[in-house]
Amino acid sequence: MKRLVYLAPMAVFVVVALFFYRGLQLDPKKLPSVLIDRPVPELDLPPVPGRDEEGLKRAHLLGEVTLVNIFGSWCVACLAEHPLLLKIQESGVAPVHGIDWNEKNPEDGARWLKRNGDPYARVGLDMGPPESHAAIDFGVTGAPETFVVDAEGRIRYKHIGPITAEVWEQTLKPMIEELSQP
Amino acid sequence: MMRRALAWLVVCLALAAPAAAVQPDEMLDDPVLEKRARDISANLRCVVCQNESIDDSNAELARDMRVLVRQRLLAGDSDQQVIQFIVDRYGDFVLLKPPFKAMTYVLWFGPGVLALIALGIGVGYYRGRAREGSAASPARDLSEDERRRLEALLAEEREEKKP
Repeated sequence: MKRLVYLAPMAVFVVVALFFYRGLQLDPKKLPSVLIDRPVPELDLPPVPGRDEEGLKRAHLLGEVTLVNIFGSWCVACLAEHPLLLKIQESGVAPVHGIDWNEKNPEDGARWLKRNGDPYARVGLDMGPPESHAAIDFGVTGAPETFVVDAEGRIRYKHIGPITAEVWEQTLKPMIEELSQP
Repeated sequence: MMRRALAWLVVCLALAAPAAAVQPDEMLDDPVLEKRARDISANLRCVVCQNESIDDSNAELARDMRVLVRQRLLAGDSDQQVIQFIVDRYGDFVLLKPPFKAMTYVLWFGPGVLALIALGIGVGYYRGRAREGSAASPARDLSEDERRRLEALLAEEREEKKP
């Protein structure tokens, strides 16, 4: 019994150390999304000026596996992932839809896409409240963020931050291929 | 003179409201609704800066959420409905005060349980010491042999002190 008492501080230390060790590996910026496996939120976004189609609606995300990418012309990390998005679009694995988020002027996104290339099948313009709140409906905490949406229109995965070649090859692409299987 | 200056200082400090991030153009005309919006915002975490409420944060997303909160209030939502609207999108994490439910029992009870354990250890320790103290009164514990040696040593010391 006496011995056990002497071991108590050691036990406390071990427990605390385990918590801290786990804490070291957690990224506080990576919040768990509550939207995983839930249906895509209702969407009805106007198009980015200069693009012909009707913008981005929820119906556009049904019927096949799609990627939804939140970006903005003000977002440097979005520019960093942009070449990869162009490659993904070229590969034809899944259509990439964009939500152009929080622009100062509606034309900013259009100009940015003209300058850097346009990887998106459809782009909706989300100017933020009070006009629209698509990004908030997606639980977005910053740009870029990318969602994998399955054919039934459910959100299956959320990637925070720019997509890297590694993330694409090892996570997103295999997931899309698996979800695409009938 | 000094008194007057101090009085002015107190008045000025009393009038200085804590700076909030809410901009005049965001505010609602209805003071009751605006008050409700402020109260709700003060308890919602800014997901960009994480340790600030959206009421305090200058982040763009916090501003968007403040505007959205006001929009929901204008649409006739109750306070609870507005909070639920945000929680549906960002999870319990956005609540600065975590809700009381099975997931968070450790959070709510942890400190109390730890305090009880500490109290238990403390009480046990002092009780143990008190028992040992009474059991070990020094005079009784000396054996006959030891007593003789002690006396001899003391006698020796007395001898040495003599001039």
